[in-house]
Formats: sequence, C-alpha cells, structure tokens
Amino acid sequence: MRTTLLALLCLAWAPATGFTEQSATGSRPAAASARPSAEVHVLPVQGSIYMLVGAGGNITVQVGTDGVLLVDAGTAAMTDKVLAAIRTLSDKPIRYLINTHVHADHTGGNEAIAHAGSTIAGGNVVGDIGGSATNQATVIAFQSVLERMSAPASAKESVPQAAWPTETYTTPERKLFFNDEGIEMLHVPAAHTDGDTLVFFRRSDVISAGDLFVTTGYPLIDLRRGGNIQGIIAGLNRIIELAIPADEQEGGTLVIPGHGRLCDVADVVFYQEMVTIIRDRIQAMIDKGMSLEQVEAARPTRDYDGRYGSSTGFWTTAMFVEAVYRSLSAKH
Amino acid sequence: MPQTIRGCGAVTLLAVLSMLVLARGARAQEDPSGMWAPRFHEDWFERIPGPEIGDYLGIPINDAARLRGDSWDATLLELPENQCRAHGADYGWRGPSNLRIWTEVDRATQKLIAYHTHLSAYGAEQTIWMDGRAHPPDYARHTWAGFSTGEWDGDTLLITTTHLKENWLRRNGLPRSDAATARVHLLRHGNYLTVAVIVYDPVYLTEPFIRTTDFIYAPQQQMAPWPCEVVDEVDRPAGSVPHHLPGANPFLEEFPAKYGIPPQAARGGAETMYPEYILKMRGMPTLPRAAKPPAP
Repeated sequence: MRTTLLALLCLAWAPATGFTEQSATGSRPAAASARPSAEVHVLPVQGSIYMLVGAGGNITVQVGTDGVLLVDAGTAAMTDKVLAAIRTLSDKPIRYLINTHVHADHTGGNEAIAHAGSTIAGGNVVGDIGGSATNQATVIAFQSVLERMSAPASAKESVPQAAWPTETYTTPERKLFFNDEGIEMLHVPAAHTDGDTLVFFRRSDVISAGDLFVTTGYPLIDLRRGGNIQGIIAGLNRIIELAIPADEQEGGTLVIPGHGRLCDVADVVFYQEMVTIIRDRIQAMIDKGMSLEQVEAARPTRDYDGRYGSSTGFWTTAMFVEAVYRSLSAKH
Repeated sequence: MPQTIRGCGAVTLLAVLSMLVLARGARAQEDPSGMWAPRFHEDWFERIPGPEIGDYLGIPINDAARLRGDSWDATLLELPENQCRAHGADYGWRGPSNLRIWTEVDRATQKLIAYHTHLSAYGAEQTIWMDGRAHPPDYARHTWAGFSTGEWDGDTLLITTTHLKENWLRRNGLPRSDAATARVHLLRHGNYLTVAVIVYDPVYLTEPFIRTTDFIYAPQQQMAPWPCEVVDEVDRPAGSVPHHLPGANPFLEEFPAKYGIPPQAARGGAETMYPEYILKMRGMPTLPRAAKPPAP
C-alpha cells in the first residue's frame, strides 16, 4: 500500500522533479516544462567553474580554450535559458555533457544541449561515419543511466535516442583531460540511484556532487532505481575524503550540490553527520525489531526536520524515513 | 535691540545648537578600530572552562535543539574534519580571543567601505560592509563569518549577518542552524566595547537569543597567530560519527546534580531566560548533589 502510494506520488510530481520512471527516462511530457518562467542564474565558483541555478538540478559549467563542459543539463523546459547563460560565459562549442544520474531534472536538457554542441573528432572517425561523428557534444554517464534511458519497458516510458549518453563507463572511475584540467568521474554504487557519478575538477578544485548531496532537504533515495541510504553515506564520505579544506576547515575544495546553494566540505560534513546519525537511529530501531510504523511514530528525524524535513511535496520526511528503513532492512 | 541683531542672535544660537547636535552625532559614532582585549566577568564558566554537557539553561531552544544537544558526543570534535573548525560570527566573540578591528577606506573619496575584525581564536575574520551593498542570493556560499552589512544607529553600529554556516548556540552541542540571521549591536563607550549579539534561528529557537560580550581597549596587545594542524587523534572507521542515541546519553544529569539545579530547568527553553523563572524553580525537584571528588 505504502509503496503504491509512493509510486503514485512520484508520478504526480514527475513533471517537476524528474524522479519517476517516465520523466527519468526523459520522454519530455508536455507538463515537464517545469517552471518555464524561472530564471537561470550564473554563480562563479572558482578556477574555470561556474554554477547555473534555476534550471531544475544545478548545472556545473567548465569553460576554457578547448570549449565548454557541462555536468548535468537541467530540465528540458529550461534549455534555452541554460544555453543563453552558457553563452554569457563562453562562445566556444559545448564539447562534453556529463550526467550525474538519470533523473529528468538533470538529464531533461540532454538532447537540446548536446545538439547545440559538437564533438572533437577527425581523421578516420569522420571519414568513416561522416558529420554525425561531430554534430553533437559527447554525453557521458555511468552505464546504468543509458540502460535505464534505453530500457524498452514501454513506448510511453522510452527516452528519445537523441537524449541518451553517447559514452558510458562501467569502472569505478573514468578520467578526462579538458581545458587544461584533469577531470575524474567517480561512480558511487547504489546511492541516490544505481548510476551516480561524482565529478571532480582537480585543477579548479571543485566537486560536482549531483543528488548525492543536496542542501534543500533530506537525501532522495530512489529505491526503485537501485538507491540505498548506505550508498548515500558512502558518497558523502567520498566527497569528504576527496576534499581538502583551507583555513578554519572551510573553503578550499568547493562542492556543487545537486540542489541548493554552493558549498564547501564543512557543509558536506554537517550533512553527512545528520544522515549518519539518522541512519544509526533507524538501524538501532530495526535491531530492536521495530516495524516501519513504530519507527515513524518514534520520529527519528525530529531534531533535523525544521531544517530538512517536509510534510508536503515530492519528497516528504515520511518517505525519507521509509526509504532508510527499507534500505537497512532490505525489504524493498 | 534692533530687529536685525536679534535675528542674527537667533541665527547664531540656531547655528551653535546645530553644531552641538552635529558634534554630538559625530562623537556618538566612535570608530571601533583598534586592539581590544576580552573581559570574562560575564559567563566565565560557559566561556572559559566551557559549558557543561546538558546545560541548556537560559537559551530559548525548542525540542529539536534539545535533542541535538542530547545526542551530541564531545568526541565528535576529535574527527579530523572538525578539529580546526572555526566558530560562527555570532559565537566567535565569546571565545578567549583578542580582537582587532580595522577600517577599509576608499583612497580617492576616503569613504568607509568596510570594517574588518580578526579574532585570535581560529584566526577568524569577518568583513562588515558599510557601503550599502546588498546581501548575496540564497544560492551563494555560507561561511563561518557569514555575510555582514553595517549601519550606524546613533552611537551603535548595527551589523546584520546572513549566509552563516551551522554552528553553536552553546559549545555543548546546542546547534544554531544555517538558516539563522544574527543582528549585532556594537557599542563603544570610550575604552570599553560591548558586543550584543541577537540570534534569530527559525529552526532551533522559539525567541531571539540575546547575549553580550565585553572588551577593553588594549593598544599594547599582541595578536598571536592560530596555527591549527589536523591530525588523526583516534583511529576510527572512516565515516563514523560519534553520537548518543535518543534517551541514551548517560551524562545529562551530571550538570543539574553538580549545581543542585532542577533537571527540568537544565533543559532550557525561553522561559528559563527570564528572572521570574527563579521563583518557579524553587518548587521543582532536584537531584542529590554529586559528591565532590576527594582531594588528591
């Protein structure tokens, strides 16, 4: 019953959030034009990195002499404004688009943004397959993102091929050198989904976290797509391990969350402490044999609800508690 | 007396009065720049030895803050990521810190752009913008210092700070959230400086929380550096977060037992800020006083 309710709620909120199968697969329903009147804001981060806010999930932009690299594409409805914002930063072609995960608030703009760019290619590649080798930016994601986008579950749920990743990786890490900068794509298994990627810009010293880290609420755990609270915590710990703060434990490595404000590792530490404490509390309750209803009644998140909780909307506190409970009791 | 002379006299009197008012106004805005040494006559036990576990007295906290405090394990500060963590701008004044305040002035116009503060503890610095600039958007970074703007209200420098990272209300685990705003009243009385901080926190407070801290002018003062190096103090599994499960903190009764304070009062809340609460406390049960440890 509860799972059914969760699914119905997810469907109801799909257009705005991209959390459902339908929108996650990017079929661009008419209603997916979430907040078309919203504005895209550009925030300089550091080095060659900028953060675009207001297009769904946050978008990371790296600019340089080689061109433009994006981490995530925002919603489909916001692509015109995203492209306009990018053009205020660089007139170079968009060369790469990295998807941190499958949800449509991060991949909805894949098709339009990728086709506004071009891939660097030449020689036999172009000679053999012609201009199609270069007529869009390269879209990189973990393999399961492609699998979910291309899954032929039903025609209604398919994603246009033009929005799929053009390159995937299956190893724990993939590396790229672009704009005089080493870029690491680090896969975090079974966390927000089963296809999460952290992107670490080594020269600029910026981590783009996707929805492994958000400042706007409790972590979203998409159990249906392989998410798990333990993976979320592992991802947060990975960010803390990678980042090096400057004086007073702030600044240094900066972290762009999937949603919310620009952060540094101190913000991630507070969040990791909160998520770990809640995980431990719910685990202790499970160890005592408490049911989900009993755990919910005990309100294990009540000291954090004022900051991260919600009783309405797409991702409520109750849904978060249930997702943690099911993650830990492996009943999903 | 001719009319014109009487008129001149009135004008002169008005001018003198105006000059006095203006002079008073100018004198009222005393530049806080300089070296300031802390005074600990207020809240010594909280500020210097440090607050006791479970002492929530006098702070208008809600139940959520209380549970955060109950869950807090001091060994959290041993974690490498927390060892060199600075205090927030609203709390840093409370530390055993020497203070330096200096101005940033536009060279061409000599207009004041900002005050800067440096506290010796953690080397924490804060900029108080005086040039009327706006606060950043909500998606900008939060820092320990936050983003501060200032304006004069008579002899008081009013400082508004937003964009704060999470930090303390009290250094025993009572949290102040990153949604909080601080309003600081900086008052210089000759060689004394009073810093009154009002914290507004929609997450963990039920009323604004007001605290004052005093400094004395100390031009001879030396400002020591604050080198802080992170080390592995305790070998722990990666990612572990020390904390007490709800209802399982064994130390919460030590504070009320030590001082003979009703445990109910030690739980704090807005009511415990006000003097009339002392009368109410008299009817509350207390714990047996903890025996003093034998002399060594």
